[in-house]
Amino acid sequence: MNKTDALIIGAGPTGLFTAHQLKLIGLDCEVVDNLDKIGGQCIELYPDKPIYDIPAVPECTGEELTNNLINQLKPFDIKFHLGERVEEVKKDKSNWLVKTSNGKSFLTPNVIIAGGVGSFEPRKFPPTECKKFENKSLFYSVKDKNIFKGKIVSIFGGGDSALDWAVELSKECKINLIHRRDEFRGAQATVDKMQELVKSGKINLFTKYQIANVHGDQRLESIDIKHENNEIKNLKSDYVLGFFGLIMQLGPIANWGLNLNKKTIEVDTEKFETNQKGIYAVGDICNYPGKLKLILSGFHEGALAARACFKLAKPNEKYRFEFTTTSSNLLKRLGKKE
Amino acid sequence: MEGAVQNDIPGIDADCGGGMACATCHVYVKEDWFNKLPKKEDGEDDMLDMAFEPKTNSRLSCQIIVSDEIDGLEVNIPSKQA
Repeated sequence: MNKTDALIIGAGPTGLFTAHQLKLIGLDCEVVDNLDKIGGQCIELYPDKPIYDIPAVPECTGEELTNNLINQLKPFDIKFHLGERVEEVKKDKSNWLVKTSNGKSFLTPNVIIAGGVGSFEPRKFPPTECKKFENKSLFYSVKDKNIFKGKIVSIFGGGDSALDWAVELSKECKINLIHRRDEFRGAQATVDKMQELVKSGKINLFTKYQIANVHGDQRLESIDIKHENNEIKNLKSDYVLGFFGLIMQLGPIANWGLNLNKKTIEVDTEKFETNQKGIYAVGDICNYPGKLKLILSGFHEGALAARACFKLAKPNEKYRFEFTTTSSNLLKRLGKKE
Repeated sequence: MEGAVQNDIPGIDADCGGGMACATCHVYVKEDWFNKLPKKEDGEDDMLDMAFEPKTNSRLSCQIIVSDEIDGLEVNIPSKQA
C-alpha cells in the first residue's frame, strides 16, 4: 500500500505541472499513467508538432514541452507508475483507496484526475471476427518480436509504427503491408526504406486495401482484404498487426460516481474539485463554464487544485501563500538554498 | 461538427474540440456533395488513417465549414462509430 498526500492520474503537461505545484507547497505526490512514457497527448499525438501558445515559450514541440516539464521536476522526488491504468477509486474513511490494473494500491486524501480525454487504447480492427484472435495471432503492439520468426505477418497502417515494424520484421519474416491509401504519413526515410524492400521483394505492399475478414479455426490462417473498388483478395497469414494509432477512452473514470458531462468531469472553479470531496479534475478532462482546452489552462487549474489538496493532506497546518523569488521555504524545496 | 456536438449526435464526439487532431468527428459525404466541398488540407488524411473504417468519401466534419454553397449537405457515419 502506497500512502501519499495526493495521487495524480495522468502524466501529461497538466499532471506534471500539478506535481510541481504540490511538491513546491510541501506535499508528497505520485503519478500514474496508462501510457508507458511521460507526456500524455503531447508525446503520443504530436511529439514533433510545434506549439505556439505556451506563455513565454514562443515555440516548442510536444516533446520539448514534456522534457522541459520533466526538468522542472528535477529538484523533487516523485514516483511515476507508468503503463498502469487506475481501475478503482473507493472511499475509505477520510481517504481514497485507489487500485491500478497492475494491482498496486494507494491510500490518499486527494486524487487529482489530469487524464486528458481519458486513457489511450489502441484503435482496433472493425470486423468482429478479429476479436477471436486478439493477443493470440492478432496484435496492436509488439511485445516479443521473436514469435514472428519465419512466419507470414500482415501489417496494417501507414504511420511510423506500421512502417518501422514492416522494415524490422522483413529481416526474418514474410511481410504483407496493407494501407488504405498510397501516401504514408511515416518519416520519409522509413517510407524510402520500405519502398526499397518492396522492390527487392521483401515486403508485399497492398495500398487502397483495408481488412475485410479473418479466417481460421484455432489459429489464424488467412485474411481477406478489400480494395477501394470492392475487389477482395485473400492473403495467407500467420499473424496480423494493426497500427491505427490510439483512441482516447474515458474508461473506468466513468464508474467513480463523478458528475460527468459527455466525456468531461464537472468541477468548481475555486478548487477544481468534483462532486466528490478530495477528487479534483484538471486539464482537458475538466469542464466548467468558459473552459478552454489549452495547456495553459491546465497549468492554472493544477496550481489551484494543489492548494486545495493542502487542507485535506495537512488538516492541522495552515497553507501560506509564498513566492519562489523570496520564500526561503520554497527555495529549500527547490534545492536552491541549504 | 459544431452542429452535431451541440445537438448531441451520437458518433460525432470531436474529442479534440475541432482541431483536426483526432478522428472522432469522422463522416462519409455522398459523392455529389463530396466534390463540392473545399479540398482536404494537409494532415486531414493522416488523421483519417485513424478513423473507423475510412473510405474515399471520408472527411473530418470539423474541417467542413458550413456555407450557403453546401446548404442541404447530408453526411453519414459508420454504423459502429456511434
